[in-house]
Amino acid sequence: MKIAVCIKQVPGTAQVEIDPETGTLKRDGASTKMNPFDLYAIETAMRIKEAAGAELTAVTMGPPQAEAVLREAFMMGADRAVLLSDRRFGGADVLATGYTLSQGLRAAGNFDLIVCGRQTTDGDTAQVGAELAEFLGIPHVTNVCAICEIAQDAIVADIDWPLQTARCRLPFPCLITVDKNIFEPRLPSFKLKLATAGQPITRIGMDDLPDKNEKHYGLSGSPTRVKRIFPPEAKGERIVWSGNDAPADKLHQLLTAHKFLQQL
Amino acid sequence: MNPIYQKITGEDIEKLVEICDERRVVAGAEVGEDYCHDELSGTRSRPEVLVRPKSTAEVSAVMRFAAARKIPVTPRGQGTGLVGGAVPLCGGILLDLSSMNRILGLDETNMTLTLEPGVLLMDVAKYVEERGFFYPPDPGEKTATIGGNISTNAGGMRAVKYGVTRDYVRGVEAVLPSGEIVEFGGKVVKNSSGYSLKDLIVGSEGTLAIVTRAVLRLLPLPKCRVSLLIPFPDLVTAIETVPKVIRAASTPTAVEFMEREVILAAEKFLLRKFPDHSADAYLLLTFDGAEKAEVETACRAAAETCIACGAPDAFISDTPERNESLWAARGAFLEAIKASTTEMDECDVVVPRGHVAELVLFTRELQKRYGVRIRSFGHAGDGNLHIYVLRDELNAEEWTRTLSAVFEELYAKARELRGQVSGEHGIGFAKKNYFAETLSPAALRLLSGIKKTFDPDNLLNPSKVIPGA
Repeated sequence: MKIAVCIKQVPGTAQVEIDPETGTLKRDGASTKMNPFDLYAIETAMRIKEAAGAELTAVTMGPPQAEAVLREAFMMGADRAVLLSDRRFGGADVLATGYTLSQGLRAAGNFDLIVCGRQTTDGDTAQVGAELAEFLGIPHVTNVCAICEIAQDAIVADIDWPLQTARCRLPFPCLITVDKNIFEPRLPSFKLKLATAGQPITRIGMDDLPDKNEKHYGLSGSPTRVKRIFPPEAKGERIVWSGNDAPADKLHQLLTAHKFLQQL
Repeated sequence: MNPIYQKITGEDIEKLVEICDERRVVAGAEVGEDYCHDELSGTRSRPEVLVRPKSTAEVSAVMRFAAARKIPVTPRGQGTGLVGGAVPLCGGILLDLSSMNRILGLDETNMTLTLEPGVLLMDVAKYVEERGFFYPPDPGEKTATIGGNISTNAGGMRAVKYGVTRDYVRGVEAVLPSGEIVEFGGKVVKNSSGYSLKDLIVGSEGTLAIVTRAVLRLLPLPKCRVSLLIPFPDLVTAIETVPKVIRAASTPTAVEFMEREVILAAEKFLLRKFPDHSADAYLLLTFDGAEKAEVETACRAAAETCIACGAPDAFISDTPERNESLWAARGAFLEAIKASTTEMDECDVVVPRGHVAELVLFTRELQKRYGVRIRSFGHAGDGNLHIYVLRDELNAEEWTRTLSAVFEELYAKARELRGQVSGEHGIGFAKKNYFAETLSPAALRLLSGIKKTFDPDNLLNPSKVIPGA
């Protein structure tokens, strides 16, 4: 089996600067890390690899320095790594990102299973995984919270829905996006770090993709126009009940109204 | 030597209400159960009155009044202690200092923070780190007050590299048992001016004076922090590697050891998995520094040393998410062990680093010999172990007998290894007898003499620390 895991390099902290002209995140100079949700994707792929035997390829799209997250994927057990990097990919919205990844994955090989994290911590859209699957024309499910079975021709997984858990069987090739806490991600291994230090990374630019029309990539391939990015205002909403207001009952009502509690 | 203390009368309560106001004076049965014990030790006792002062002047006035009336006074922070130090054993006044919780000033030039004793440790950390500074002492209990930390000379995980609370207290303002207000130390870096009374106050567990203000020393906040989780085939191999790591690499901030059973208990308690399950024993090392390259070099040297000593690999934790997955488990050990049994007591001995493995092996032997569960984890880097004896299904009589026999043996072993009764929790009431066994007659005479000089009527936190007091 061949598994691809899509990962992304994101800012190391929540305090990031925004380019006022393009409305995109300034990535220069700031500390970076692997998107925390992608750690669950790698862990899930590694568990499947360990259980069923597979070759695991980590794929990322980004500037050359995004190689760092691919090196980290090696330290967690990935066998191959692919970096989709081209100036013309820059400024992509979710649609162009999904499309570029789909083209990159076509160029990189035939994968039976693609695993993505639920969302990134910088864009927070949770759309790229699903769009990627649509561009590839393969079935997908999102918010996977457990892997139940890896069969010869399909994977059986549980999906976390607001009020229930759905179990589904997806024939290969397919794509899943995994939820936080599906597994506790393993830590990068020092021994693998040493062993994979010189391991080559496949670089794919626009000219290596099946579709070479640059209007489909980067800013020009992005129908989204970002007018303004700004941090959400903190609500700072406080409710104070005194002892005479039956606070326990009120708290129970509030938690029920917000669906933190439910009647079984 | 205990004098006969005066019982508190209605008139006394009125006097105390005059000093503080009536909302901050609680008497008799109105005092909540929480004020009668601390976090762990079986020690319980009810104060006659609970007073919550808001200023040094109020503390002084209460103390002056108590001294005149011969009423015992027990200072208390958040009551997170583990040896009964804040339990009012002789009744009297329980002085709850947690309302004196103002941060009074950050001095960026002298790199000090002046604050009242009721500020919580977690608030100190947050306040200084937001401003680019660092207060290194890091005991596991973050909801403890800084006053409590000073009283016990609390240690914590970073002691290997940075030392303990005493190393970060530059000065104190304190109220003596007479009610007089004194200041020791200050913002100075060096001080050779006579006996260091400041250092005597730190770690005196509220038996000499009541700390009402402290000046803490700060460092620049390290910009880079990486932890290594290192699996080992067994605990002895892990612990025997520690001195080699400390010698090989630039000093780690923290060196913790942990065993599978304790990790499993933490997983069950937190409903969260630990990132690795491949080994029976682990070392958790942390390195910090100003530059990434410097920290990476130290990590590499440590990882190589551990692998040469038998570790199959070393796992790298270099992001907040990864550090959280490790330290959340480490932080929950005490509560997780507590939740796994009916009752427990702990021993916080410290032995020279080279003898930690021997002491841990000895606890396993005791476990077998007495048929009782014993769990331990702790600071392998500084030799301070937390050893917990668990009651499980033992009946009261069996529990008392077994616990005292096991403790007797543990402390005897620690003495044989030239260790000390308490590494960081203090003596309080619970460890007083074990402490007594380590004192020579000359040492006891000195300790008693110091207590008498500060507190001739034995009013301040009586029956604590000093044998016979």
